[in-house]
Amino acid sequence: MSEKKIISEFVEKASMVSAIVHGVTGMEDALEKTIQICREKLPCENLMPADSNSSGKKNLAAPNMDEFHYGKLQMLCEKHGITLIKEGVRNFPGGIDMGVTMMDYGIAETGTLVLNSDSEETRLATMLCETHVAIVDKAHIRKTALEMSDELNEMTVKPSSYTAFITGASRTADIERVLALGVHGPLELHIMLIEGD
Amino acid sequence: MIEKKESLKEYKDRLDTALENDFLRTAMDNFAVAYRTSRRNAFSEMDVDAVIRDVAAVKADAVKNNEHLLDQFSKKAVENGIQVHMAETAKDANRIIAQIAEQTHSKKIVKSKSMTAEEIHLNQWLENEGIEVTETDLGEWIVQLRKEGPSHMVMPAIHLSRYQVADLFTDVTKVAQDAEIEKLVKVARRQLRKKYIEADMGITGANYVIAQTGTLGIATNEGNARLVSTLPRVHVALVGIDKLLPTIKEALTINRILPRNATGQAITSYVTWITGPSECKTAPEQKREMHIVFLDNGRKKMAQDPVFAQVLQCVRCGACANVCPVYRMVGGHQLGHIYIGAIGLITTYFFHGRQNAKHLVQNCTNCGACKAVCAGGIDLPKLIKEIHAKIQDEEGHPLKSLLLGKVLKNRKLFHTLLKTASIAQKPVTAGTPYLRHLPMIFSKEHNFRILPAITQKPFRDRFKTLYTPVKKPSCKIALFSGCVQDFVYPEQLEAAMKLFKQANVSVEFPFDQSCCGLPALMMGEKDAAKDVGLQNIKAFKKQGVDYIVTLCASCASHLKNHVPDLVKNYAPEDAAEFSEKVMVFSQFIRRIIGIDHIKPTTFPRKTAFHSPCHLCRGLGIANDPKKVIAQSGHDYIKTDEEETCCGFGGSFSANFPSVSKEILNKKLMDVENSGADLLVTECPGCVMQLRGGALKKNQKIDVRHISEIIQS
Repeated sequence: MSEKKIISEFVEKASMVSAIVHGVTGMEDALEKTIQICREKLPCENLMPADSNSSGKKNLAAPNMDEFHYGKLQMLCEKHGITLIKEGVRNFPGGIDMGVTMMDYGIAETGTLVLNSDSEETRLATMLCETHVAIVDKAHIRKTALEMSDELNEMTVKPSSYTAFITGASRTADIERVLALGVHGPLELHIMLIEGD
Repeated sequence: MIEKKESLKEYKDRLDTALENDFLRTAMDNFAVAYRTSRRNAFSEMDVDAVIRDVAAVKADAVKNNEHLLDQFSKKAVENGIQVHMAETAKDANRIIAQIAEQTHSKKIVKSKSMTAEEIHLNQWLENEGIEVTETDLGEWIVQLRKEGPSHMVMPAIHLSRYQVADLFTDVTKVAQDAEIEKLVKVARRQLRKKYIEADMGITGANYVIAQTGTLGIATNEGNARLVSTLPRVHVALVGIDKLLPTIKEALTINRILPRNATGQAITSYVTWITGPSECKTAPEQKREMHIVFLDNGRKKMAQDPVFAQVLQCVRCGACANVCPVYRMVGGHQLGHIYIGAIGLITTYFFHGRQNAKHLVQNCTNCGACKAVCAGGIDLPKLIKEIHAKIQDEEGHPLKSLLLGKVLKNRKLFHTLLKTASIAQKPVTAGTPYLRHLPMIFSKEHNFRILPAITQKPFRDRFKTLYTPVKKPSCKIALFSGCVQDFVYPEQLEAAMKLFKQANVSVEFPFDQSCCGLPALMMGEKDAAKDVGLQNIKAFKKQGVDYIVTLCASCASHLKNHVPDLVKNYAPEDAAEFSEKVMVFSQFIRRIIGIDHIKPTTFPRKTAFHSPCHLCRGLGIANDPKKVIAQSGHDYIKTDEEETCCGFGGSFSANFPSVSKEILNKKLMDVENSGADLLVTECPGCVMQLRGGALKKNQKIDVRHISEIIQS
């Protein structure tokens, strides 16, 4: 299967589970789109008003971004009045508007994203947010999970590791088998496909 | 969960109540229909049989190497800083977890869904210790609040309506809640978020336990297991030792099938791989305290058992319930104790005792739909019968099954009784071919179908006048009539004799043949089933024929699939030779004599086909009867429920008439909706059920055995 075909399968399968896939020209474009989505979304509904310090501003966590792009994101956030969080996501138990994470891999067969979540911040950023923006390099999209079992083995063999497969938003069909999104985690998942360096 | 002794009568009353629950019936039915399509779609890009074989092989290997894997995992986990505990019994597991809670000063616990925790009644135990336990899976939280158990392995609250959930949430929040699903889900989001934050300890199960790396794999849609294993400072995973696998490769192999088979999803929203103990910023040294409690609870013994070891190949997808015709009618609380569906009928005996299993295990039509979809490749119908027989051996056989066994073992006595019955029933048939009023052994609840009368002249007494030996035959067959055609529907065999004559087939009818033995096996009389199996093998051995042909799919499937196993310690070679030769009628026509002997009718009718369970699943035959119907000139119409059980199931319909009736109604409605006025099948038991039901309800559906619609 050609790389193009793998990517189109990934997009198709991810869209089937209501992920919103964006083609972007590069990392900077991805960050700008991210900010745009954050600005356009409704403010986060605080699930624990008594325990959260609400500044009235939207908040965005980006715990695993490299320094260079984190800087860029910080500039964008400042410009648009968004609070950017790198650490201490636990202090926002009532929820955050957005979590932005750099993903390790994509899996075409199921439209799945693979994320090294060893850090608590990464885990919480992707679970306590209402909107999760996942940025993944096209070159890191594999055909099936089984075909990348070596890579997965490498990730999971490390003591204290925590590896996540994420496919679409948090969902349930527990009441009358009707699909509802966002039961515990994100209500929306956006995927930004970037070209590798 | 209340543990009490329930009588068979009480169990049947519970079934009747469920059958009257309109919401439950509609919910179950919609699910059964929707599941079929979503499963088909989910597997559309793969060879489903091949991938299931892979999973079954992976699991079978893991069961065989269980001890080694447990050892390997434990070493690795300890190396990684995880505390590993081994619980021999349910009580031990509860005690260990309660102790961990005490040592870690955990007063509040959040849980993600775990059937293993349900198995040991963990919540109850912890609550008795004064600990607050909150289920976080939405469905599981709902049933916890209602003080019920789950009614499905992956959809715990499938038996409830949005209105019931709204009422429940109104009680919990003390605020009136709308019965809007989206809003109800938000109520759970808000209520449960607090619980995650406050919790000291998180308890999860695991779908996969990987020995090589000491990793747990957990699949959820809601993502609750990620929060449960991230926010609290202590993580306890409770896992059955049957979840052990060598490497992540095997886990990925299963994970490709599990969600597809469970709900028709390609993958769950989240699959979490924890090698732990993971970072936790509120814990000392920023590392979570992590424990793994391995549960044995009889699994080690089971792994050594030559018959039941395969039970451990279960991946807990719940598909065996999804396709079960009984589950579809009565729901999970009535078709399971803790574990639901076909696998529940088996594991209840091992995990929750004979008392909870003995009525449940009989509630099976033996249709084999579960076996056909089982991701672990488990022969569920066979094991259900094994448990049934085991319980009867332990508790003593009920009189009626004991009598049946004794009678069947003695062919002459059996046939004399049938002949006597044909005279004794005269007052109730009033000279018609039907029993107008049921004789005393049947109660009123059996009155949902009009049963045929026993013929005055069975086929065995007609054979000699029907058959003239042929010279230079095209092939030599011996006919296996089965009891129902011999004594109730001889005309079906007579119709077949015409075709045999036309095709110049030499036919023998061994008079020493008896019942195939399936009814005995269905009633848990394994020994009688073995005896008649041996009798039949002997009766057909002398004939020196090419094929043993039967017009009954149930007999054929039993003779082919069960008899060799039943007699394996007595006559393995004869049994192999015998079963090899067995063929069902349509298969024999199409593959041996050819369909050209059939002349097309000049009065074609709209014809639906009911595929007997023992034909499509027992023998794997789908096309042969349809080719025969096509050649007969009738217009075949495909119906949605063509391969769904008719609810007969031999003694099943006598034991659970109210369930049998509803399965039958469903079937006949499907045929009626198709516009067909002729319903063809290939098993006299199915004819009895379907024709009796159609007659009773005055439906204009003419039910025929396939031999009766062909002209030669």
